Amino acid sequence: MIEAHGLTKRYGERTAVDDLTFTVRPGVVTGFLGPNGAGKSTTMRMILGLDAPSAGTVRVNGRRYGDAAAPLHEVGALLEARAIHSGRSAHDHLLALGQTHGIGRARVRQLLELVGLGEVAQQRVGSFSLGMGQRLGIASALLGDPAIVLLDEPVNGLDPEGVLWVRTLLRSLAAEGRTVFVSSHLMSEMALTADHLIVIGRGRLLADVPMADFIARASPSRVRVRTPQSAELARLLRRERGDVRAEAADVLEVDGLTCEAIGERAAAAGLTLYELTPQAASLESAFMELTHDSVEYAAQVAA
Amino acid sequence: MSAATTTPAPAGADERRGRPLGLSGARVLRSEWTKLTSLRSTRIALAIAVATLLAFAALGAWLTVRHWTAADEASRASFDAAQRTLVGVLLAQLVLGVLGVLAISGEYATGMIRASFAAVPRRLPVLWAKLAVYAALTFALALVTCAAAYALGNAILAGKQLDAGLGQAGVARAIVGAAAYLTVVGLLGLALGAITRSTAAGIAALVALLLVLPALVSLLPASPGQTIGKFLPSSAGLRVIALHHDPTALSAGAGFAVLCGYALVAIAVSAIMLTRRDV
Repeated sequence: MIEAHGLTKRYGERTAVDDLTFTVRPGVVTGFLGPNGAGKSTTMRMILGLDAPSAGTVRVNGRRYGDAAAPLHEVGALLEARAIHSGRSAHDHLLALGQTHGIGRARVRQLLELVGLGEVAQQRVGSFSLGMGQRLGIASALLGDPAIVLLDEPVNGLDPEGVLWVRTLLRSLAAEGRTVFVSSHLMSEMALTADHLIVIGRGRLLADVPMADFIARASPSRVRVRTPQSAELARLLRRERGDVRAEAADVLEVDGLTCEAIGERAAAAGLTLYELTPQAASLESAFMELTHDSVEYAAQVAA
Repeated sequence: MSAATTTPAPAGADERRGRPLGLSGARVLRSEWTKLTSLRSTRIALAIAVATLLAFAALGAWLTVRHWTAADEASRASFDAAQRTLVGVLLAQLVLGVLGVLAISGEYATGMIRASFAAVPRRLPVLWAKLAVYAALTFALALVTCAAAYALGNAILAGKQLDAGLGQAGVARAIVGAAAYLTVVGLLGLALGAITRSTAAGIAALVALLLVLPALVSLLPASPGQTIGKFLPSSAGLRVIALHHDPTALSAGAGFAVLCGYALVAIAVSAIMLTRRDV
């Protein structure tokens, strides 16, 4: 369980994280979503006590992270900037981290096998690809068998097989009752892994909702209708409080009515329909809409 | 609230001794020992330091013997067997000082410091362990090497009966002192690395303290110059290697204490900054 209360981080004039209050619960995968520069990494560093909040508090399993007797057993983290010395082998990196808690070689070898780095355990990390580095970072996060797993953009640089592996891993960690908090700037990725969503933009909380609700909210009520009798149908649907726009001579776009309702009205009035298609607004566009005003580095279209 | 009850402690957590998973000073020390000894740069730096000390001992002694007959009275009178055979300290201090800087700046450069401080959120144990591990490794190696370098140089000096045995006043102190000097310079480097959080800036600060400052002070007029000069870290610290007492300089003990003072101040500053800054 992670509990943030009024969490704020200011760098001089700039407010990177602005009064965030949220709770991350165990047993589910919680996605932490926001555009680049929204404050996700800063929030994660504050959870780990690496950055001191300008205001507010964050508690991990009911206490300050720094007060834990075995911090790696409380929270295992993969941080965005690969926090691995490039001159050390994968094995020695994990061993050095683990030794602070009395974690030995057997566990290190077990984890290297788990993340698929068993064969390159003795190679210097500097020679690793981005994906291998991510796998080693995930191994570091799991080292202390943590109650909370905190992963900042874990699928960055992974190949499709690696992405699938991370998804499965996150789900199984949550199924074991752990708290899983994963950041991403990709809605599509979150849609496949997260049960709950916390969305931020410009450091502010934009949404804290179950994934199912977010999907329902984003789901379309817009329907595309093709009919040779578009004028009659438009009149009919407007009476039913539908918001109807003519897209072409024989095409209508209808908001506020379902396909079923439109089909039944048309049949009752004896109107012919050639096409009746629900227009799926993607989760990505719902996310874009939600964060539209808070994109830090929006590409400017030349006026 | 912790999931300790639902998730078993991982295999390998000191299971032989049955100790629970968690932080302790001894464990952080072991971790830092692994960090320092698992890097190629450490092995390279230590090898260079050893080679330098031995090579310069042989070279210094050989040049002395070779030119002794032609040397004038003044240079004969100022001859110091310890200073001559341990002359490699002047170069080895830079190598070991840089190793000290790297011991922590390397973690900042790669981001490893975040993982280190996430594992040890109180942070200071990491600094203390780094200092302790570095000091133990460097001092042990430097002591053996300085003793060997002295023996080597002395054997060559014996050709002109210029050798001074271990029993002679100040020789044992000079050998131990050389190792201690190198160790403290390394600790100074480590503290500077922690303060600057950058390899380049840390090395620059160290070189400025050890080499540039003395050169600048030597430009001053004699009266303030000499007074300031003898309190600089290298000139003060290196008195511990001299066999002869120099009335214009600090004594061996006082000089070494001054060097330790610089290191302690740097360590104190680094400790304060370490706990206050974001990483």
